[in-house]
Amino acid sequence: MRSESQDGEILVALAGQPNVGKSTIFNLFTGLSQHVGNWPGKTVERKEGTLAHNGTTYRLVDLPGTYSLTANSTEEVITREFIIREQPDVVVALVDAAILERSLYLVAELLTLPAPVIVALNMMDVAEQEGFRIEPEVLEAALGVKVVPMVASKNIGVRELLDDIDEVAHNSNAYKPKRPEIRADHREVLEEIEKLVAGCVPAPYPQDWVALKLLEGDHEITEMMRGCLSDGQWEAVHDVLRAHDDALVAVASGRYEWIGRMIRAAVTRPKAGQIGLTERLDRWATHPFWGLLILAGILGLTFWLTYAVGAPLQGALDTYVVGGLAGVAHTWLAGGPGWLDDLVVNGIIGGVGSVLTFLPILVIFFGVMGALEDVGYMARAAYVMDGFMHLMGLHGKSFLPLFLGFGCNVPAVLGARVIESRRARLLTILLAPLMPCTARMTVIAFLAPAFFGPAATLVSWGMILLALVVLALSGVLINKTIFRGQRAAFIMELPLYHVPNPRTIGLLVWQRSLSFVKKAGTLILAVSVAVWALSTLPHGEIETSFLARVGRWLEPGGRLMGFDWRLMVALLTSFIAKENSIAVLGVLFGTGEGVGLAKTLATIFPLSTALAFLVVQMLFIPCVATVAVVKQETNSWRWTFFNLGFLLLVSWGVGIAVYWIARLVGL
Amino acid sequence: MRNKWEEHRATALSVPDNEIVPLDALRAGEHGVVVEMNGGRGVLCRMTSLGFTPGVELAVVQNFGRGPLIALVRDARVALGRGEAGRIYVRRKP
Repeated sequence: MRSESQDGEILVALAGQPNVGKSTIFNLFTGLSQHVGNWPGKTVERKEGTLAHNGTTYRLVDLPGTYSLTANSTEEVITREFIIREQPDVVVALVDAAILERSLYLVAELLTLPAPVIVALNMMDVAEQEGFRIEPEVLEAALGVKVVPMVASKNIGVRELLDDIDEVAHNSNAYKPKRPEIRADHREVLEEIEKLVAGCVPAPYPQDWVALKLLEGDHEITEMMRGCLSDGQWEAVHDVLRAHDDALVAVASGRYEWIGRMIRAAVTRPKAGQIGLTERLDRWATHPFWGLLILAGILGLTFWLTYAVGAPLQGALDTYVVGGLAGVAHTWLAGGPGWLDDLVVNGIIGGVGSVLTFLPILVIFFGVMGALEDVGYMARAAYVMDGFMHLMGLHGKSFLPLFLGFGCNVPAVLGARVIESRRARLLTILLAPLMPCTARMTVIAFLAPAFFGPAATLVSWGMILLALVVLALSGVLINKTIFRGQRAAFIMELPLYHVPNPRTIGLLVWQRSLSFVKKAGTLILAVSVAVWALSTLPHGEIETSFLARVGRWLEPGGRLMGFDWRLMVALLTSFIAKENSIAVLGVLFGTGEGVGLAKTLATIFPLSTALAFLVVQMLFIPCVATVAVVKQETNSWRWTFFNLGFLLLVSWGVGIAVYWIARLVGL
Repeated sequence: MRNKWEEHRATALSVPDNEIVPLDALRAGEHGVVVEMNGGRGVLCRMTSLGFTPGVELAVVQNFGRGPLIALVRDARVALGRGEAGRIYVRRKP
């Protein structure tokens, strides 16, 4: 009998295909005891939590949702590596009772790994609605593993599942599953491969599993075995594999045939021709015209929420919490040196404030994204937008996160996680900072009227359009050059619609917001203090500060568009928060932030320079919060710096072009 | 006057039952049995794990003649790009 983990805990892994209600069950079991992080070295979320039941402590690990265990995505590698290396006491395989055959595909793969499996048959209510009749005991007898019928969203079957986990974990000798066998026409080949690799498979990989993955052409396992075998041995294996390079589809077919035999007696299928809720809703939601209209409506509602609820909340946080903190700090530090007061109020509290004021908008966007995902709508939005997004080398799923960038680039970058293809995800992250966020629009809305009077609205819309065109062209360019025009295959499940679970969405919002404050917050605070120091030292005035020196040093670059050092400093400080530009210009031109500033600027700079400044402001490197999450989500400083360099180049290039075109037409 | 695309579609539609056609030639509501699938390992792997294998019966739920389409396979709705759908060959069922 396998011993329990050293500290008496029982390790339970939760596996399943996407959209089977995995997070609902995980949340039910672990609640707020969850720890959310990333899998080591990966940008895939790792959730872990504990639970006590009948005096035993269970450690639950939520494995990423995957359709199979062949190494095509990071999620698949994480799942199988965890089960093989950590050898959990129990693997709970969640399946969707309404899509039984297809969701058992992952179970067929899990059963070949050396960890006891329990099948949790979730969404029994949906299956019944759709007209299926499933007998769990019959399925249990066929598979030789525990099968627990459940409706996780209504808390049905949870206790039974826990009891079964308990039983299997303490009595692993009794675990005798029926393992899927390969189809007869490939049995001999598989045996041949297994003989060839026998004794050379590194622990803890099971030999028969490695042979099967070799036959399927699994890239990771092939590479691993190439390293473990001598040249001669590898040559022999390779010859066999080359003669059967079509085995992938045959092995998959074999698994489905096996599944078909397992469920034959347990399932009564609905009569054909029943039209379910999902099909009726999809006639609208996936329609090329009505679908777009519905999507537009949902987006409109999201932005209405942002402005009606998020913006006032932001304002209140800024006034009462940040302002209050600053007031308290002022009183406390009244007797101390002036620089200390300045550091605390403008450096530290200013930094904390900018983290804090992000929260209302983040909460709204995470909530909307979570709800749309949970309802099943996210995939429909991707479906109707896919054709358009493909033009930029993006995936349909890139649309929603990118579009949310209109509110704020931070959730746009974080939202890119819904995209499975790594390339499309990376490209979405790299392009997100080009979305005109509300903070950039604030700056435009302040400066445009001063320069352009009645044409200000036109100029503002022009700026948005320009940013979108630059985004699209950048997408095409990066896709063609760096990604060499490869595009992710568009094959995606459209899950059944279901009622959203407030608990799942609430926990998601809570975890995402917390993780933003913890991870991005520290970087934002550090940069905020650093920029404060640069703009204050050595004499306590921004005009003579190090930052001003940097601005003067960079001035020649700005001269190409008629910028002086003060505009350069304003751009530099916009790194903390875009709105900073206005405050800094107010200080540098000695006018404050009011109407006076706008008028002064309009008299000093020609329209061509003003236009170029707006363009650069629009396309410039994003605020530090966005940079922080770009680093977090790409998990690479290289891509982060590439992104910054690219944006710097693009903003300067387009700015200069606009400046000279404006001069040519006489502005 | 018919454009090239309509021409192409008309040819596809005039194919009698039981002929083998790419999946994107099936109209909404039509059924077929998968005969063959082509593509790189990544695409094939994704197709099989989402339920497409030779011999499986499927129905097309939505197909507007351009853009992606939706197929019902093993009780799951799967959206496929037109390019991907063209790599799956099916025998049209009456």
